[in-house]
Amino acid sequence: MVWAPIRSSRGLPRWLLGAGCTITLLFVVLAVFAPLIAPYDFDTFSADGQRFAQQAPPSAEHWFGTTVQALDVFSRVVFGARTALEVVVLSVAVSLLVGVPLGLVSGYFGRWLDRLLVLITDTVFSFPPLLLAIVLSFLLSGLLGGGVAPAALAITVVYVPQYFRVVRNTTFSAKEASYVEAARAIGAGPLTVITRYLFSNVVQSVPVIATLNAADAILTLAGLGFLGYGIQPTEAAEWGYDIQRAIADAGAGIWWTGLFPGLAIVLLVTGLTLVGEGLNETLNPTLRRRRLLPVTLPTRDTDAGGSR
Amino acid sequence: MSRTAGTLRRYVLQRLALVVPMVFILLTFVFLLVRVAPGDPVSAALGGRLPPEALAQRRAAAGYDRPLIVQYLEYLGNVLRGDLGRTISDNRAVSDVLVENGGATLTLAGAALVVALLAGIPLGLYSGRHRDSFGDVGVRLFGIVSYAAPVFFTGLILQLVFAVWLDLFPTSGQASPITQVRVDEITHILLLDALLAGNVDAVLDVVHHLVLPAITLGLLCVGVFLRLVRVNLIQSLQGDYVEAARARGIPERYVVRRHAFRNALVPVVTVMGLQTALLLSGAILTEATFNWPGLGSELVDYLNNRDYVAVQGIITVFAVVVVVVSLLIDIVNALIDPRVRY
Repeated sequence: MVWAPIRSSRGLPRWLLGAGCTITLLFVVLAVFAPLIAPYDFDTFSADGQRFAQQAPPSAEHWFGTTVQALDVFSRVVFGARTALEVVVLSVAVSLLVGVPLGLVSGYFGRWLDRLLVLITDTVFSFPPLLLAIVLSFLLSGLLGGGVAPAALAITVVYVPQYFRVVRNTTFSAKEASYVEAARAIGAGPLTVITRYLFSNVVQSVPVIATLNAADAILTLAGLGFLGYGIQPTEAAEWGYDIQRAIADAGAGIWWTGLFPGLAIVLLVTGLTLVGEGLNETLNPTLRRRRLLPVTLPTRDTDAGGSR
Repeated sequence: MSRTAGTLRRYVLQRLALVVPMVFILLTFVFLLVRVAPGDPVSAALGGRLPPEALAQRRAAAGYDRPLIVQYLEYLGNVLRGDLGRTISDNRAVSDVLVENGGATLTLAGAALVVALLAGIPLGLYSGRHRDSFGDVGVRLFGIVSYAAPVFFTGLILQLVFAVWLDLFPTSGQASPITQVRVDEITHILLLDALLAGNVDAVLDVVHHLVLPAITLGLLCVGVFLRLVRVNLIQSLQGDYVEAARARGIPERYVVRRHAFRNALVPVVTVMGLQTALLLSGAILTEATFNWPGLGSELVDYLNNRDYVAVQGIITVFAVVVVVVSLLIDIVNALIDPRVRY
């Protein structure tokens, strides 16, 4: 049922979806098998007792060159995929778990609770997202210590309002539908109506937002890292932090320390966006363009026409 | 005519009434964000640098030993009177920080918006006009990639290519030191001050410094306008009035130009307003990349110094700016498009 529109999609949307999935899968593979793929650890600056050269251009030993700290850029890019994926999965999962139920409850019950929640989430939504993430991760890192959790939770807060909005609005309109009314008429309680009748109607819009948010979350994480509020550089490799270090290199014409982490971000975000766009165009009937089936017109049979 | 004025006034009043709770919630939100962390601003900023007695004295003088709810009410009152307090780390009035550094952020954001509109609208119109052609796919990919590239990465690449290799533009600052000395500060917006002084060299110098940061931040928003204009044009081209124009035998290029383009461009105003938050977020990163002396740079500095009063002041202003801009945009929209008012 869910796959039908995807299977029946044609042309550009299908191509977008395919390209996006391929890129995303590539990064998932990088993230999962990072220790096997990367030649060195993300914080290794020597091998066989010999220190790597500092800021060495790409070569056979160091495909993407080395940084000013003599770290292997290729290994850092690979391990960066792991960090990015951890944060994104965690933040998208948590914001789904918070946003979707809140939206369902708010849309179903309405009244003052709904108004209050809408006002609050609208306010949070109007807040510049990066600013919110900066302040939150700064505060949370004081409370939770290091690791990926502060950054992921800070990003979570940024995206909850989006799920809330979409789920709340669809719930609000779906609860008036006659099948919901019928369910209520035979005595179904709010919990049953929400979980059995509304949920499956409402979640259809979620995959699109979730993928687009995942793309956005990677940018936010990198922005945090760039400003120095993300993950501590001793704990994991993070692309945004690497680019921040690379800004100083750029003046000397050293391009490899910034280019590769940056390309990784661009590629992964593009991949996720393509998945989101592709899903949107295949799942959203107002955007979907069905291919017209070729029509074979009956040939006019002039001989048989004589009987008329 | 009077009916129109009546509905417009009612709409504006309704919209204004909504701003009050929004600003209130935002202020509360900002206060909670900054103050929910354990400790008070004075100890956070100066802890370890002053002896405990001096610290306690400073804390009492600033009123941080009172209950949080009292401080909250005081903060609300002060903000309403336009008083954002004084920074702890360098004892500036927060309003001075806003005046002195706000101009740089405003210039950057304004120039970026111009870049985004100049690039986004024509590309979007082209893309929508030639839907599903190779050009359309190319433009859409450009839209996606330009959004997918973090601003600081775009900035880095632009710096590498245009500043380091081609040596065309400077990589940091708002103007060369000589310009900053020679131009009197009147409005604290360097570009405007240079124009007011009638100093052509200074104007050129400021613009020269502005090009790369503006393109960097502008590229972040290009995709949004491009996509919006494209989708709107596609929808307009399927509209009944366009069909009717075609049926009357009006040549296709007139139909597109006179009938479809105009309607496709109306929502651009709304979306411009919605970009404020994105633009401000991007400005923080752009400023950090190009050493741009704006509010974003100040915010990052103050955060690193754990100066919560300054942080609180700056994010209060950012938040209020977003709300006010969205209010203005809604009103402008109601003026342009009568359907909004009802």
